[in-house]
Amino acid sequence: MRNVLNIKIILFLSITFAYAQYPSGKSILEKIDQNMSSTNRIVTSKMIIHGSRNIRTIESRSWVQGTDKSFTEYLSPVREKGTKMLKLEDNLWMYSPSTDRTIQISGHMLRQSVMGSDLSYEDMLEDPKMENNYDAEVLSEETIDERSCWVLLLTAKNADVAYQTRKIWVDQERYVPLKEELFAKSGKLLKRLTLSNITEIEGRWFPFEMTFKDMLKTGEGTKFVIKEIQFDKNIPAYLFSKAALRK
Amino acid sequence: MITFIIKGIFRDKHRSLFPVIIVAIGVMLTVFLHCYITGFMGNMVDTNARFSTGHVKIMSRAYAENADQIPIDLALIGVDELISNLKIEFPDMIWVKRIRFGGLLDVPDEKSETKAQGAAMGLAVDLLSEKSTEIERLNIAKALIQGSLPKKRGEILISDELFSKLDLKIGDSVTLLSSTMYGSMTLQNFVVSGTIVFGVAAMDRGAMIVDITDAQAALDMTDAAGEILGYFANDIYDDEKASKLAQIFNKKFSDEHNRFSPVMQKLRDQNELASMLDYVSVMIGIFISVFVLVMSMVLWNAGLIGGLRRFGEIGVRLAIGEDKGHLYRLMIVESIFVGLIGSVFGTIIGLGFSYILQTKGLDVGEYMKDATLMMPNVLRANITTPAYFIGFIPGLIATVLGTALSGIGIYKRQTAQLFKELEV
Repeated sequence: MRNVLNIKIILFLSITFAYAQYPSGKSILEKIDQNMSSTNRIVTSKMIIHGSRNIRTIESRSWVQGTDKSFTEYLSPVREKGTKMLKLEDNLWMYSPSTDRTIQISGHMLRQSVMGSDLSYEDMLEDPKMENNYDAEVLSEETIDERSCWVLLLTAKNADVAYQTRKIWVDQERYVPLKEELFAKSGKLLKRLTLSNITEIEGRWFPFEMTFKDMLKTGEGTKFVIKEIQFDKNIPAYLFSKAALRK
Repeated sequence: MITFIIKGIFRDKHRSLFPVIIVAIGVMLTVFLHCYITGFMGNMVDTNARFSTGHVKIMSRAYAENADQIPIDLALIGVDELISNLKIEFPDMIWVKRIRFGGLLDVPDEKSETKAQGAAMGLAVDLLSEKSTEIERLNIAKALIQGSLPKKRGEILISDELFSKLDLKIGDSVTLLSSTMYGSMTLQNFVVSGTIVFGVAAMDRGAMIVDITDAQAALDMTDAAGEILGYFANDIYDDEKASKLAQIFNKKFSDEHNRFSPVMQKLRDQNELASMLDYVSVMIGIFISVFVLVMSMVLWNAGLIGGLRRFGEIGVRLAIGEDKGHLYRLMIVESIFVGLIGSVFGTIIGLGFSYILQTKGLDVGEYMKDATLMMPNVLRANITTPAYFIGFIPGLIATVLGTALSGIGIYKRQTAQLFKELEV
């Protein structure tokens, strides 16, 4: 009887000790935001879209400021070249040089696919701080590509975020997510994201390749490759105006 | 004897008037219902064939599985070569390529920014080539309300309702905002050359008719089309021929392991038309059966009442030696004439009402505003050959059955009792 009690106490203490070894979810999110988020960023990227019939590559340059402001210009292919998109809060405008028209696009389009890829406009045009949007709970530890990771379950703080829950695998050393699963409110898995080519730049670790797989679409996913990225630069205010679309 | 019976029917109106009226009303309803349903279903099939299904339709297998979502990302590629092959394999058919797509029409203000927007349902057909049969097939010239048909690339027709909603003028420029076959957003400017009303609610809400070449350019669909529609040369749908055609095509061109290989579907197998047509056939059958049953009961009753009224007459005829079987048979023959007379009157009146509905039509457009089915706003009856005789079937069966049931009473009369009964 005494032995059983001892075992129970040891088990209780070891579990408590094990949990005590996990950092808090909030502190992990803060460190992720320090790497992944910035006041603004300028990104030149290419999307390699593995559709069900072909593979397309679309290059673009984006100026992103938080979740409210972003401006994107498509650089290639020829059909898309010169097309520009402006997002101010929930409003989206598109300019096409072939029509010389600036057209406002309904806000609900923000959660639609960008150019047939597996990314939504929100995925591409926003730079949200995770800590602002989610509560985090550390679930366990796992290893991905020989990197030890914390496994976190994120639950949205409010209803207007696109993914109500996220399960993320965070590199324990660099505090960069290596894998994410994004869920709808219903619990349905919407997207799977793998992040790779983690590189140190301007004092932060940042993934230069991200593969998005929209689970509701056919095809083999979209690889988002960052060719160049700059953080916290002085972006001229006029860029986030409709006038900039026609320039 | 027959002259005797006919004279009896016409001279003794108490004997025949009520059954004739009952039969005439029932037959009239049957004929009218038959013409109405034939017309309604015929119009619906014809509208579907012209706008949506063709007599046969070729799509990619993946497109066919989600056809109601109009998935242009699953469209057929290499359609020009496929159509060339079709013309060789099936030379008696007319083949046309179509693209159906959704999008927004955006009207610019003086700064080229959005002034107004409206959802458009695009239909791309061959409008500009000299050999095009599409303008006639879709009745586009007749549907034109304002302006003119597109004469060159970049010109479109839009529904009169959408035109008014967007406050447009003929010659105004609008921008189509849609998705390409590969999912990219696309913008394309067009000039509105005219407005149309097809009389089909599903089209008239927000149709945009564009030349197929313009649509292919706008939607990044070079040598691609959502659908290839085939029509029989005489423009009449033949289900048996269509089945054979689909069978031959699918055996030769379709590969069930390749979701982008073409597959042919006949008209009946699209837009749930088969179940609808079968349902209507069953409903007509049920209606006629119920009609025969109810009329038989009514006429049985009428026969019983007549039998009571003719109690004395039948008694005398039996008393003077007429055979019960002979008398029963004569009453049956008499009922056949009553049925024939009632059916003739009923058919004439039913055809009259049907003719009015065929020529004038019944406008149900008010109730069809949100309809997604391809059906005309004006319902019309259609008088076909079966309408001239279909009413005789229930008319005759009901009267004969009714008389046969009520006439059984003849056999229950006892000869020994007859004189006693007649004294009364």
